[in-house]
Amino acid sequence: MAYTLRIEGRPMNGDQMMRAHSATLPAPQFDNPAWVSPVALANARVAIVTSAALYAAGDEAFSAVDTGYRIIDRERRDFVLGHWSPNFDQMGVKMDLNVVYPIDRLEEFAAQGIIGSVAPRHISFAGNQPDDVSTIRLDTGPAAAAQLRQDGVDVVILTPV
Amino acid sequence: MLAHIFEAAGIATVVLSSVREVAQKVAPPRALHCEFPLGRPLGIPNDVEFQMDVLRRAFALLTEPSGPVLVDHPLVIEVDEQPVSCAIPPRFDASLPPCVDEARGIKKAYVRALERRGVTSVGRSISADEVPNALAVLHAIANGQDWTTAEIPGGNIMSLCHDIRTYYEEAALELIDGPAPGGRAMENWFFEKTEAGATVLKARTAMRDAGAKFPVWFYMAPGNR
Repeated sequence: MAYTLRIEGRPMNGDQMMRAHSATLPAPQFDNPAWVSPVALANARVAIVTSAALYAAGDEAFSAVDTGYRIIDRERRDFVLGHWSPNFDQMGVKMDLNVVYPIDRLEEFAAQGIIGSVAPRHISFAGNQPDDVSTIRLDTGPAAAAQLRQDGVDVVILTPV
Repeated sequence: MLAHIFEAAGIATVVLSSVREVAQKVAPPRALHCEFPLGRPLGIPNDVEFQMDVLRRAFALLTEPSGPVLVDHPLVIEVDEQPVSCAIPPRFDASLPPCVDEARGIKKAYVRALERRGVTSVGRSISADEVPNALAVLHAIANGQDWTTAEIPGGNIMSLCHDIRTYYEEAALELIDGPAPGGRAMENWFFEKTEAGATVLKARTAMRDAGAKFPVWFYMAPGNR
């Protein structure tokens, strides 16, 4: 594993290094990517899917290599940041949950009629994964999607961390 | 990748991309690339209007007739290269290693933060009460003790360092005496201004030089340090 630590002769800051490194990682290919024509936003039920490894206090923590997900109830705001990577700013979300999980913003949009409704459940994955993401691709990812479809979700906003 | 999976299940998706090259490579159906600090996909904590604007721009991609769609948010928010301004209590017990004394000194601030927020992210492998002792172990490794024979609290030195840093950063929320920290400013403070951060880095270097496996020492701190 190689991490480039300098750019134009200057030391990279942490974000520059992570962006440069992330750009070299293999990406799964989707030969026939799906495309959904959504309902009008004002009628849409919207959910958040984040890879910030948030979990509600008291729920199961994320392990170091965790391909699973946690279901987050719409009402919860007491989250633990269970991410295992040290390579991102961890304080933004602690000052304001919405900078990673914009649940209050969705509630405000729903109150204004801009979106149809806020989903009753949202999803949290862990962004720290090995190069092989086949379990998420084939198992836990589709399972999470199925749960949101059961809840009548039309649109998902994804916040990768 | 998750965007493709959810789209295949019949849900329209919009990704708030943080790394443009990844968005180009993975090509999710719709992506708004935001060059914001990693860990802050909505950009600015406690700025409601800014966050609403990000989401409006993301929702606008839902009207595109076909994909993949990749649009850039017009603003760039850089990380903060400076450490946050944060007062650390003075030394209390000179008989203790500085990092241990310091960790004890900020305990009250940590407790205030916990009471205010109602939740802590300390606890991957140790509790807040165990932080001073954990730092004592790292202090010994940093000063020459064989890390392979050290009793690592919680059994995982990477998550131990993560818990120590989290304890400090949460305490610091109660100790900030300047503007709210930008991206990475709290990390800068921990590693550049605290005895604990210096001890973590010194122990990490000692373990690397002693032949510890790459992931074990490398992930004790951010990769650019």
